[in-house]
Amino acid sequence: MSQAPVLSVKNLTTSFLVDGEWKSVVRDVSFDVFPGETVAIVGESGSGKSVTSLSCMRLLAPGSSRIEGKILLNGRDLLALSEKEMRAVRGNEESMIFQEPMTSLNPIFTIGRQISEVLTRHKGLSKQEARAETVRLLEKVRIPNAGARFDDYPHQFSGGMRQRVMIAMALASKPKLLIADEPTTALDVTIQGQILDLIKVLQEEEGMSVLFITHDMGVVAEIADRTIVMYRGEAVESGPTEEIFHHGKHPYTRALLSAVPKLGSMQDRKWPTRFAVVDMKTGEAPEPQEVAGTVASGKTPVLSVKNLVTRFAVRSGLFSRQTGSVHAVENISFDLHQGETLSLVGESGCGKSTTGRSIMRLIEPTGGEVALDGYDVLKLDSVGLRNMRKSVQMIFQDPFSSLNPRMTVGAAISEPFIKHKLGSAKDAKEKTADLLRKVGLSPDMARRYPHEFSGGQRQRIAIARALSLNPKVIVADESVSALDVSIKAQVCNLLLDLQESLNLAFLFISHDMAVVERVSHRVAVMYLGEIVEIGPRAAVFDNPQHAYTKKLMAAVPVPDPARRGIRRGISNDELKSPVRPMGFVPPKREYREVSEGHLVQVG
Amino acid sequence: MTTIDQAPAVVAPKKEKSRAWRKMKRNKSALVGCGIVFFFAILAIAAPLLPIPDPIATSWTAIRKAPSAAHWLGTDDLGRDILSRMIWGAQASLMAGVFSVVIAVGIGVPFGLVSGYFGGWVDMVISRITEALLAMPFLIMAIALAAFLGPSLTNAMIAIGLSAMPIFVRLTRGQVLAVKTEDYVEGARSVGLNHFEIMTRYILPNVFAPIIVQATLTIATAIIAEASLSFLGLGQQPPSPSWGSMLNVAKNFLTQAPWMAMWPGIAIFLVVIGFNMLGDGLRDALDPREA
Repeated sequence: MSQAPVLSVKNLTTSFLVDGEWKSVVRDVSFDVFPGETVAIVGESGSGKSVTSLSCMRLLAPGSSRIEGKILLNGRDLLALSEKEMRAVRGNEESMIFQEPMTSLNPIFTIGRQISEVLTRHKGLSKQEARAETVRLLEKVRIPNAGARFDDYPHQFSGGMRQRVMIAMALASKPKLLIADEPTTALDVTIQGQILDLIKVLQEEEGMSVLFITHDMGVVAEIADRTIVMYRGEAVESGPTEEIFHHGKHPYTRALLSAVPKLGSMQDRKWPTRFAVVDMKTGEAPEPQEVAGTVASGKTPVLSVKNLVTRFAVRSGLFSRQTGSVHAVENISFDLHQGETLSLVGESGCGKSTTGRSIMRLIEPTGGEVALDGYDVLKLDSVGLRNMRKSVQMIFQDPFSSLNPRMTVGAAISEPFIKHKLGSAKDAKEKTADLLRKVGLSPDMARRYPHEFSGGQRQRIAIARALSLNPKVIVADESVSALDVSIKAQVCNLLLDLQESLNLAFLFISHDMAVVERVSHRVAVMYLGEIVEIGPRAAVFDNPQHAYTKKLMAAVPVPDPARRGIRRGISNDELKSPVRPMGFVPPKREYREVSEGHLVQVG
Repeated sequence: MTTIDQAPAVVAPKKEKSRAWRKMKRNKSALVGCGIVFFFAILAIAAPLLPIPDPIATSWTAIRKAPSAAHWLGTDDLGRDILSRMIWGAQASLMAGVFSVVIAVGIGVPFGLVSGYFGGWVDMVISRITEALLAMPFLIMAIALAAFLGPSLTNAMIAIGLSAMPIFVRLTRGQVLAVKTEDYVEGARSVGLNHFEIMTRYILPNVFAPIIVQATLTIATAIIAEASLSFLGLGQQPPSPSWGSMLNVAKNFLTQAPWMAMWPGIAIFLVVIGFNMLGDGLRDALDPREA
């Protein structure tokens, strides 16, 4: 690379004013981005990767933040520019796309207007020219029927389509540098694949450089020429992506990589396997342990679901008459044995969470049968339902909203125990201490409040609370999805430990194929409220039969830089909607048995 | 007064009390607010013990006298000692402020909680009634209610409390709608808690902060509303003093005896500020998330 870098960051230190003191969040970070190159900054939450990108755009509040060092964009020091000059740089020489496509477009203007505004402002185009150019940009990001959608509002677009609009807006001024801050994190995996492809193609067409911020090693492997690993505000390692992946020197890099679940890494294993936990100091990893056979497959299943249907009414009009229904869960059946993990996988809106909630009757199902630990769940009255809750508990996705912020951790954990009168106050206290130890926390943490804990610790607390009733089944709804990779690995290991010691059955709801492969005995793939494929983990992953299962697996980014060239072929497929008009009769589904216990929907 | 003394103990469990108090002590403006409120509260309680003249004793020789050594704050149009009337009036005014807010919160918050939590037709009924009540101007409704109940300080407090109630219904309902969607509420259901337990332990503590702030603001409104009712003869009955009634009389003599209006005005101002600062402090102190 003999060319001059597009972006050159030298000794960047960014600090924030906290309680009158400057605290540095990014320390002494230096890197270059050359023309046409993609550089990824990877790290976990709090590593300073987003602050680095915001510093490059100078988007931090001037009063409470301080940026030191040098940020050269095409040789010009951005830190020396006035705010007015900086405005001419933003969205013109460097553009940014953000994580959350749902909130980064202004809902009250049409998307056409929002894009053409960039053109009239930075490029001085007339209204007519801007409109034509906008349509061209929308076509470029593969929005179907772009001309007709110019006057549509953001709410008329899906998440993936909005992210395309955001990209079109960022490209409007033909920037030299595109900063993408977790642009695919909020998207479903098949849509993520489309967007990654799109960025790659556009980069080739436009010859721009991309600074890609992400926490996902799979995405890094797929997109980045060079990678910078950030840890606690410092760039601990940087180099060509292959080097980082295969010969990472820093222990943190290796720990991060070993914690990343890889799709296909379980091919010759029989049972769910723990993640290898790398020692952060030495970088050495012990051989990951399999979980001993826990499944009691001969006996009656602890949870048996037959023909479960859950629909929500869609109402509209003056008298809010029912005009249709969301067929969230449509005629699904499965069994779950003691000590077994059955995963429900699928993308957003496929009904996997609704299934979990319907089984617990947190949502009232429309029909079907659920037998859980001897209870006929759908026929229980409110008292019976409360008793049933002793047998099944739930762990939620977001550890930041799943604990009552006004309740101490101890009170939260002991509450179910006390409520169901399982013992005296003293017993409750002992139980709480015992559970905290079980989930790897110390008993004296019981007096503290949830906000004093990190996300991973909170998830452990949520697990302890779920365990306080000695349930037989745990519904884990995306329980590890919101966690950083290393924490995710630890919490997965904890769940596996608990399964081994307490013989728990998990209904593991997730969109993350790689984690699912790691932890489950059996897998059910859901699409539009139906199970399209179900079977033993090895059968489903090694021999996927249904077209959707294949598509889902192909879309998962694999943390292997050798696959960087792959293109999935940009399609504009969107997730279909399960909303049906009144009187819709769902078609009868047939299943074909591929091998023992491996069923695939036909037709 | 009583409510304020008890507030931390009621809302917070035992262990948290010291934590809340510690945080409160560090918050200067909360302490100042606390001081102001306590000062007036003690004055009001100690009124019978203080060596001050009878607040209703008139004196034809000392009509509208400016502040002097004999009458520190001056005298009013009937020659009554303003200092003494201020101190005795603090009782009526603070009671009017605090008790009417207790009534408003006591009725409004449960209704708002039920309305937001259950939704559906319960919410429809409560919300429509609330909107109907809100459509009437606050003061007009207070006057109508007070006239209906009959003139006395107690009835005035009830009237003001009922008129201020719809604000709390609506505020609470809106907060509940936001908190209801949090995972921990669904978590509470999945653990097997009943509706009452979920509402009191999971929702109420998390919607309390804006209610406390609104309550302190409403105390101020209530003190002024009591003044208006007194003026119409529906509040504190003359010759017994309240700050509001003193202010109302004083406005006839603004040019001749400005001190008559000044002192009750300053007192109302101070108490309102005091309650606001105290409320702000309480809100922060009771929130375990803030260090």
